[in-house]
Amino acid sequence: MEFFIQQIVAGLTNGAIYACVALGLVMIYVSTDHINFAQGEMAMFATFLAWAMIDAGVPYWVAFGLTIMVAFFGGLFIQRVILKPLENAPVLALVVCFIALLSIFNAIAGMIWSFTIKQFPSPFPSRDLFGNGLVSAQQLGVVAVTLVMLGLLTVFFRYTTLGLAMRAAAQNASSARLMGVRVSWMLALGWGLASGIGAIAGMLVAPIVFLDPNMMAGILVYGFAGALVGGIANPLGAVAGGFIVGVLENLVGSYIIGNELKLSFALVMVIGVLLLKPAGLFGRVIVRRV
Amino acid sequence: MTAILQVKGLSAWYGQSRALFDLDLNIEQGGVTALLGANGAGKTTSLRAICNMVRRTGTTTMDGTDISRRTTEDIVRLGVAHVPEGRGTFVALTVEENLRLAFHIRRDRKAAERDMEKVFAYFPRLKERIHQQAGTLSGGEQQMLAVARALMLAPRLMLLDEPSFGLAPLIVQEIFRILRRINEDEKVSMLIVEQNAALALELADHVYLLETGKVVMSGPSDMVKNDETLRKAYLGY
Repeated sequence: MEFFIQQIVAGLTNGAIYACVALGLVMIYVSTDHINFAQGEMAMFATFLAWAMIDAGVPYWVAFGLTIMVAFFGGLFIQRVILKPLENAPVLALVVCFIALLSIFNAIAGMIWSFTIKQFPSPFPSRDLFGNGLVSAQQLGVVAVTLVMLGLLTVFFRYTTLGLAMRAAAQNASSARLMGVRVSWMLALGWGLASGIGAIAGMLVAPIVFLDPNMMAGILVYGFAGALVGGIANPLGAVAGGFIVGVLENLVGSYIIGNELKLSFALVMVIGVLLLKPAGLFGRVIVRRV
Repeated sequence: MTAILQVKGLSAWYGQSRALFDLDLNIEQGGVTALLGANGAGKTTSLRAICNMVRRTGTTTMDGTDISRRTTEDIVRLGVAHVPEGRGTFVALTVEENLRLAFHIRRDRKAAERDMEKVFAYFPRLKERIHQQAGTLSGGEQQMLAVARALMLAPRLMLLDEPSFGLAPLIVQEIFRILRRINEDEKVSMLIVEQNAALALELADHVYLLETGKVVMSGPSDMVKNDETLRKAYLGY
């Protein structure tokens, strides 16, 4: 029983990180219908920036905040400079562009910081929280940071007019323009937010998997699985999907198929969901009267 | 009367095919101008060209300011509210959110709150449905929402694209009654595109007749109303 609970807690911790990655993917998908394959590498690059800052003596939480800001403006910049000129390009051109971004970030990170793995500090102690070996402070910290971020995003999208404008732009771009919303900037803002969320995921996962330019490859697959399981067009679903994938992956890994096949299990889930419920578990097909 | 919007030599293209040919329009301050014509005459395109939503040439001047090269968003921010063909409802947002979207570009929050009250006074039905998802509204209610959304922008000129489209006659009458009140009470100038010529002639004081992308006639609406040959030739009634 104790082992079972430990696995669930570990699953929720991983799930929190997958949820962040999934949310970053969904953020861009809902407004542009594209999957940003470079999401993971952008997060990795941001995490290296954080590492460099901490290495230079910047306190952890200062580096954490600064990294999110840099990632936000970096995402904004990428949309403005690279993707805006491709607004009317065919999908395939964009896919190639995303893959190019992926390998560029990977190569540059390797060039600057080398491909050897590095230890990334965690702000949370790894000690046992309640003295029963079930939950560590580190695990609780990861989940807490994720939940705080989700709360802030919910407030932003639900209660601010800027958030409302972003939702409107994602739903019906031409109608949003007619309400005076600068749609193109809303897309840029979406990229900024996605990039910032990715940076958080990177910094949360780095203490667990160690920092190196390839650290996000597997995480992106899990995040992708989470997004699809929950519903790629539904932010809350994607978050739930992230947690579901995290927990299932751990349980199936430790009880049934072993740790080596965990990543394949994520892919099996992707295929299963796409076959049985293409809109995702929480994806709604929007009903409208005509 | 002075013109709030002047259009000179307006042409528009969809890809290679030209949809408008050197249109000249004068939209009078405080008045209602109607653009009439058959399907494919270029009515909708004219409105879209004024808002720079299609490739176009020619000049459009609003209150002396050249807006020919402004983006759609900027033209809206200058006080042109376009109620688009198909109503442009944000289906997954609530009625309230559809309206509150205007707060994004309004600097005067207090006035915007007052406008919200005003909008609900014009359309009490929307107030009843305030928390409902806009996609679940009936066609007539969605049209009301589209007009209400435009009104929330505190516009000086409203472009209305077939507000009667697909609606029951009673609803259409209701909407046109409200449009008249908006025109009179809020001093909003209007340019309205309609298939339903008889209806538009009731509301408008000036009319342009369009045929295959060209203006073939313009004049006071009374003149068109009373000219049977003109009506038979272009308006089919």
